[in-house]
Amino acid sequence: MDAYTVDLRRTISKNPQSIAVWVALFALIVFGLLRYENFSGAYNITSFLNYNSMFIVIAVGMCFVILTGGIDLSVGSVAAFTSVIAAYLSPYGLEVALPLAVLAGIGFGAINAVCIILLRIPPFIATLATMLGAKGGALVISGASTISVDWGSNFTKMGMEKAMGVLPWSIVLVMAVNIALWVVMEHTPLGRTVLAIGGGEDASTLMGLKVARATAFVYLVSGGCAGLAGVILASGFGAGQPLEGIGWELSAIASVVVGGTLLTGGLGSVPATVAGALLLGLVFNLLNFENGRGTISFSADWQMVDRGAFLFAVILFQTRFSAGAKLGVRS
Amino acid sequence: MSAEDTTGAPLGPRPQIDMLRLLRQNGGLVALAVILLFNIAVTPNFLQMQTLFVIISQVATIAIVAMGMTMVIATGGIDLSVGAIMALAGALAPLIFLSEFGQAYPVLGLSAAFSLPLGAARLCGAFNGALVAIFRVQSIIATLILFISGRGIAQVLTNGNLQTFSNPAFSYLGTGKILGLPFQGWLTLGIAILLSLLVTRTVFGRYVLAVGGNERAAELSGVPVKRVKFGVYMIAAFLSGIAGMIVVAINSASDAARNGNLMELDAIAAAVVGGALLQGGRAPIFGAILGAIIIQLVKYTLLANGVEDEVALIAKAVIIVGAVYLQQARKE
Repeated sequence: MDAYTVDLRRTISKNPQSIAVWVALFALIVFGLLRYENFSGAYNITSFLNYNSMFIVIAVGMCFVILTGGIDLSVGSVAAFTSVIAAYLSPYGLEVALPLAVLAGIGFGAINAVCIILLRIPPFIATLATMLGAKGGALVISGASTISVDWGSNFTKMGMEKAMGVLPWSIVLVMAVNIALWVVMEHTPLGRTVLAIGGGEDASTLMGLKVARATAFVYLVSGGCAGLAGVILASGFGAGQPLEGIGWELSAIASVVVGGTLLTGGLGSVPATVAGALLLGLVFNLLNFENGRGTISFSADWQMVDRGAFLFAVILFQTRFSAGAKLGVRS
Repeated sequence: MSAEDTTGAPLGPRPQIDMLRLLRQNGGLVALAVILLFNIAVTPNFLQMQTLFVIISQVATIAIVAMGMTMVIATGGIDLSVGAIMALAGALAPLIFLSEFGQAYPVLGLSAAFSLPLGAARLCGAFNGALVAIFRVQSIIATLILFISGRGIAQVLTNGNLQTFSNPAFSYLGTGKILGLPFQGWLTLGIAILLSLLVTRTVFGRYVLAVGGNERAAELSGVPVKRVKFGVYMIAAFLSGIAGMIVVAINSASDAARNGNLMELDAIAAAVVGGALLQGGRAPIFGAILGAIIIQLVKYTLLANGVEDEVALIAKAVIIVGAVYLQQARKE
């Protein structure tokens, strides 16, 4: 297996978009640095990373699901649910609240997995139902109001303080999770099976790959990632928020698509997804700066329109490239 | 569930299997009967004309959207943008008849208020259809674009404000009555008859089912797959536009943030409960109405008996999963 060596040329020819997203990210950062003086300020960087760490981790979980050709629409609601759980558990400290809230997220992932694998319900419908269920659950256990965290414990440290005074704890934790998941995807049989399922589920089954196990794994990962995002949400904003998470699944899907993962599965990577999530966040960061300079007027309503337009542009871009990629496989 | 069941296994589990099959094939009607009986027994003041009116006017919008959704699902696709298109069409209509032009020429303004929003809805349908049919984008993703930005456009148009109005002619769409029953109920019935004729009696209808049954085979046998797919998204968007205007007419106000919110879920649920197969190939138009009635009645039952809105969400989730599960079992 040459999986351990990075063959840059092969990677590029296989998935040109994953390179494009890094180039675009680099270009936007340079643009921001040159145009806005506060762009490189500690405040902007910290708040940017803190806020986007939630979307990065959800996008990476979503990447695993999409690689198998599935989809997970429940991530936003699950994050809202676990933010409430984490807020309730915050008096016991981060070491209790974090694992239990993530476990709750994994629990929703398990429900998805059971529905999809055992009951053979299409992922789209199964996760839609979990989305409704988790949202209802979050509203029921919180009484439909935000749940304040315990400020006396170390719970808010993760969302509000920095590791060694440099990077926010949230992004450090998320990056650790990402690296772990990256290793799993690239260097374990489980990860290769995930990729194989997206390439062809029937073929993978016939080859004797453990398809059901890998499929269950991706929904557990996605649920766990959503759970972690919920903890970061509660920790960073000081409250469990049952009404948050609306549209997060869209941001996550958009990030995955921007990162060059094919929506039909089989091709994509963790770092490119992270880059995609950063790119999406950065576009809005830059638009906010531009708004601050007064060159454009950018209300919250426009944000939705722009997000859709951005997704549209990326999809058009991808349909051109994925057509090329498919041709490449055939020849 | 194979041929063995019909060849007559001696005694044993056979009656049970027949019961199950009966439940699967007529699950919708059975569910409806159960809910109605439950309501008659438990819900106070259920057996009144007022209840009927309320339910018809609420079911109508879901049913109209669900019928469009059924057409899309019949080709194996899905349309997430229906709620956003409702918001857009619903926001446009009052903007037009409240504008200076609409005030100066009430008749012209009113006809523009009916036609332009429907034109905008068809434009949205063309956008979805082009992405799915020509650019071959998966329908979930293609319609996700308008799902996000359609409502955004509606909110930009109205500056995010609630628009209230008093326009009896327009409000007829939501509050008028014919033979004592709400106008939108008749409209729903009319649309259902037209659509079921379209599905069963026209070439287009047979093409829709063919594309959903096996797209490649349909294409190879000369079915204009692209045109058919384009067509169903146009129908879904057009019907969503009508539904959006009905909601605005009922409330005499347009609220871009809430009009059609989560409608895609209700519509998908109604279509599936009504017997549409997510893989495509079936278009039970009247089933969609049955599904819409069931979804709305469940919501009504829960709310009328003091169950919180949040728990109603969970109930809806269970219904969707249950309906799809029964379908999968039926298919195997």
